[in-house]
Amino acid sequence: MEYFVQQLIIGVTLGSIYGLIAIGYTMVYGIIGMINFAHGDVFMVGGFIALTAFLALLAIGVTSIPLALFLVLLIAMALTALYGWAVERIAYRPLRHSYRLAPLISAIGMSIILQNFVQIAQGARVKPLPPIITGGHRVMSSEGYDVDISNIQIIVVLTTLVLMLGFSWLVAKTRLGRDMRACEQDLKMASLLGVNIDRTISLTFVIGAALASVAGIMYLLYYGVIDFYIGFVAGVKAFTAAVLGGIGSLPGAMLGGLLIGLIETFWSAYFSIEYKDVAAFSILIVVLIFLPTGILGRPEVEKV
Amino acid sequence: MTVPNEAATSIRTPHLLIALKDATLSGFVAFGLFFFLIGLRSEQGSTGALEISTRFQTLALLVAAVFAGTFLRTLAFGRGPIPIAGAVPASVTDFLASAGRFAAPALLIFALLVPVLFYQNRYLLDLGILVLTYVMLGWGLNIVVGLAGLLDLGYVAFYAVGAYSYALLATHFQLSFWICLPLAGILAAFWGILLGFPVLRLRGDYLAIVTLAFGEIIRLVLLNWQSLTGGPNGISSIPRPSFFGLPFTEAEGSFASTFGLEYSATHRVVFLFYLILALALLTNWVTIRLRRLPIGRAWEAMREDEIACRSLGINTTTTKLTAFAIGAMFAGFAGSFFATRQGFISPESFTFGESALVLAIVVLGGMGSQLGVAIAALVMLGGFELFREFQLYRMLVFGGAMVLIMVWRPRGLVSTREPSLRLDDGKAAAQDAK
Repeated sequence: MEYFVQQLIIGVTLGSIYGLIAIGYTMVYGIIGMINFAHGDVFMVGGFIALTAFLALLAIGVTSIPLALFLVLLIAMALTALYGWAVERIAYRPLRHSYRLAPLISAIGMSIILQNFVQIAQGARVKPLPPIITGGHRVMSSEGYDVDISNIQIIVVLTTLVLMLGFSWLVAKTRLGRDMRACEQDLKMASLLGVNIDRTISLTFVIGAALASVAGIMYLLYYGVIDFYIGFVAGVKAFTAAVLGGIGSLPGAMLGGLLIGLIETFWSAYFSIEYKDVAAFSILIVVLIFLPTGILGRPEVEKV
Repeated sequence: MTVPNEAATSIRTPHLLIALKDATLSGFVAFGLFFFLIGLRSEQGSTGALEISTRFQTLALLVAAVFAGTFLRTLAFGRGPIPIAGAVPASVTDFLASAGRFAAPALLIFALLVPVLFYQNRYLLDLGILVLTYVMLGWGLNIVVGLAGLLDLGYVAFYAVGAYSYALLATHFQLSFWICLPLAGILAAFWGILLGFPVLRLRGDYLAIVTLAFGEIIRLVLLNWQSLTGGPNGISSIPRPSFFGLPFTEAEGSFASTFGLEYSATHRVVFLFYLILALALLTNWVTIRLRRLPIGRAWEAMREDEIACRSLGINTTTTKLTAFAIGAMFAGFAGSFFATRQGFISPESFTFGESALVLAIVVLGGMGSQLGVAIAALVMLGGFELFREFQLYRMLVFGGAMVLIMVWRPRGLVSTREPSLRLDDGKAAAQDAK
């Protein structure tokens, strides 16, 4: 039981990070129907910007950790959002009216560019960062087995919750959210009704990238290491999460992220750690056999 | 005299101003993008802790380059897309179009002559074998993506199945390459059907992610099933191919001694070259023939409109499964060729990057165009080798090329595709009906 609770805590933390990345995939897919393959690498770029920004702040004498982290959050969100914007502007906008495979290939190209750019600029070695947020709480303890929840785990889950609530509010209540939903339903009709499509799509990328950068900071703080290759694995998992939950659906992305995190954690805890990714992908395939549009996805209406 | 001058400047100034404004904006964006990733660099110091160093000169140079680039571009072409179409005179495009008809035979003759022309150049022969392997993979994937319109992001899984099938059968049961080749193809085809079943009901991008997941599952199983596949160490000392039973060695009864030739290691390379050329041409020939059969027609019909296809009584289940199976079979052939050529395989060779490369070859070549795929494979792998010295930067350039080609020619390098049935041209249709 104690072991189970401990794994649950780890799984939920991991699932939160996946969920934050998955939102970026699901929003972009919902609006323009393309897989933004570079999104995982935007997450990685966010982590790297946070790392160098944090070190730079320490170097110029910002010693208060909470202040430094707050500044890092602002810097990383803003600059990663700029990356999201630039990626869309360079690689996807010219291809908006092209056939489906063209933006996918250019997204794969963009992913290769970002990975190798960071590898050249920051080196291929793994960057270790000593734990910044330490300490934790004992949740329960029995028969010599303690269940701990660390402060960083609490922060990850809370931040994710706040961001997801904020983002859901943005989509449901604001003008921008309404534009986004209109674009998702019918791009052409939305533009006829005066929605600025280019701006809405750009902002979707910007918001997705900002959320991914928060996920990158969380990853950096939680695991304490980062390298240029983390984007691919995390990106594939987050995309799997988005599809599992039903791509295009916001609650689906959160649910899918949590599920993938939990599956991965429990599989490594109770079965074998080597096959945890195999388990996550197999469950995706099994779910899609029975629910071809994911758990919360709307069934696609086929128009002739 | 001052009036025309003023008119001229009033027309010119906005251009300059716009260009200046755009350039300043891009300069700021570039500064934002590069400041923390290029201007600063974190490096592990002697104590193990990360230390930060600055590279503001590089940063300034890059930002200046972006500024100047945008300025000149806006000044020359305005804000719209660069008019490339008009940059090439009509006579040149006409010449290229007429030359295009001879490109395929010319390439084929060149490919046949490569071992003769470059017999002394082992490096070029090896490169030729590599290019032909990817041509074959591209043509195989073209059946699935180009003809049947099923987006497959895990094609390399079947390549891996073929390679491991040959490696395991040859090392454990001492079966010869010529027995293993069809076996590997059949096994890969079975895996294709196995993948095909769960994805039958899926559409578009759900299909893409499931094939990607499938490719990763195969790779991870190969990586972790230590007792069978050797895990990350792979399988080594895989038997090399023989010339229909005659080994390429110095010993008595070998290829060289039977034909009274002096032994040379190049014999085997030349043999491998012709082997992969024959396999690739087989793939091409089968694809061309299949396009004329009902099943090929069904693939293309399904690509265009699945619902219409179903309502016309085409069984989409078998149509999809055959596309997966036949595409996978050719990957299996290519895989067992890869294993016998390398003599060593490990899961390293079957990552998602390979799938992406093959898919890029198919799409950049112009989907469905056999010639385009061959040219794209040649250009991409040739370019890859050409820039081998710039190890660090070549992947960056490769990614950039993928984006640029897509933006410039979304339909691929060779975007003209032979229609399989013409309605306006009675001759073609009549020929087809025969």
